[in-house]
Amino acid sequence: MGLSTKNKEILLGPLSKNNPVIIQMLGICSALAVTSKLEPSIVMAVSVTAVVAFANVIISLLRNTIPARIRIIVQLVVVAALVTIVSEVLKAFAFDVNKQLSVFVGLIITNCILMGRLEAFALGNGPWESFLDGLGNGLGYGIILVIIGFFRELLGSGTLLGFQVIPDVFYQWGYVNNGLMILPPMALIVVAVIIWVHRSRNKDLQEN
Amino acid sequence: MEELLSTFVRAVFVDNMLFAYYLGMCSFLAVSKNVKTALGLGVAVTFILVCTLPINYMLENYVLKEGALGWLGTAFAEINLSFLSLLIFIAVIASFTQLVEMVIERFAPALYASLGIFLPLIAVNCAILGGSLFMQQRAFENVGVVTVYGLGSGIGWLLAIVGMAAVREKLAYSNIPKPLRGLGISFIITGLMGIGFMCFSGLKI
Repeated sequence: MGLSTKNKEILLGPLSKNNPVIIQMLGICSALAVTSKLEPSIVMAVSVTAVVAFANVIISLLRNTIPARIRIIVQLVVVAALVTIVSEVLKAFAFDVNKQLSVFVGLIITNCILMGRLEAFALGNGPWESFLDGLGNGLGYGIILVIIGFFRELLGSGTLLGFQVIPDVFYQWGYVNNGLMILPPMALIVVAVIIWVHRSRNKDLQEN
Repeated sequence: MEELLSTFVRAVFVDNMLFAYYLGMCSFLAVSKNVKTALGLGVAVTFILVCTLPINYMLENYVLKEGALGWLGTAFAEINLSFLSLLIFIAVIASFTQLVEMVIERFAPALYASLGIFLPLIAVNCAILGGSLFMQQRAFENVGVVTVYGLGSGIGWLLAIVGMAAVREKLAYSNIPKPLRGLGISFIITGLMGIGFMCFSGLKI
């Protein structure tokens, strides 16, 4: 890979030290709402990554022509157009998942990661760096989503991607799925545990 | 009348934007550090919801829906513009936020100074766009019900953020494990409040 150190930092930083969900506090709404199963989590992660990366590129190309006063509207229109494309693609090729995600596909528009990255990065950097930044942040968001989805589906329904992974013997011995994990409030607790683990490993991130 | 009341109560408690759907979470966590600013943001969100929902409802029913353009003549009766709804809704919300910002800046400078930073952020608050998208999904009967639904969702959100801010003000004095301080503990509290609000879901109205 011919990436310079700076570009590598832009791409890989958001995966852990600068993670959009657990450090920058962005894009939390959808991270909580769609993660009761692994499959929608993955679809959501891929959609958001695609939208962030391309929106970053487009805004970065336009950055010198957008008047500062109406930039939020311009950004929203660019993002809304991209999300409309993603939503139509999902309707065509993954209708069931699209049904499960319901309004949350549309809500990618107001995903704070998008506005955050567009405002903080794409408005001041070239298209290639912006693309890497979008990709990195999308992946950082995706990792958290997949972790939450994994644990909630495993503990809540005993399946992964719809296949049963906990053997029948366990159930005969009296193992019961934890129905609480399916309920939305548990997503918050899972995120809190992820933050707990992550921050006890990275002491410099702790707040006072 | 009865229908309006039940829509309102449902929107505030049963389908609470924050605790049932997790919309508007980002500003909820970022701005809930003290009760006063939380209240200001809550009022602003409620106001924008009440204003944009009826507008989007009219647009949905007279422009975007399949056959909605029928009032222009039979030639337009088969047009289906629903794929444009995301773009239109967000444009209405963003321009309305900008408009409200300008009006407040001109006529109520004191209020503007206290709300200033949050106003433009409301355009990207998921609760607002979420309100419009739920409105589209649930197919309400008339504009009145939609307005009441917007008011209810807004007040539900306001209740949630003010409650959270009150808890967080008290949290400053408690002894929390270091890695959980700040963001971590806020998540756990929101989760517990969410479990609390879940008991309203048995409410039959």
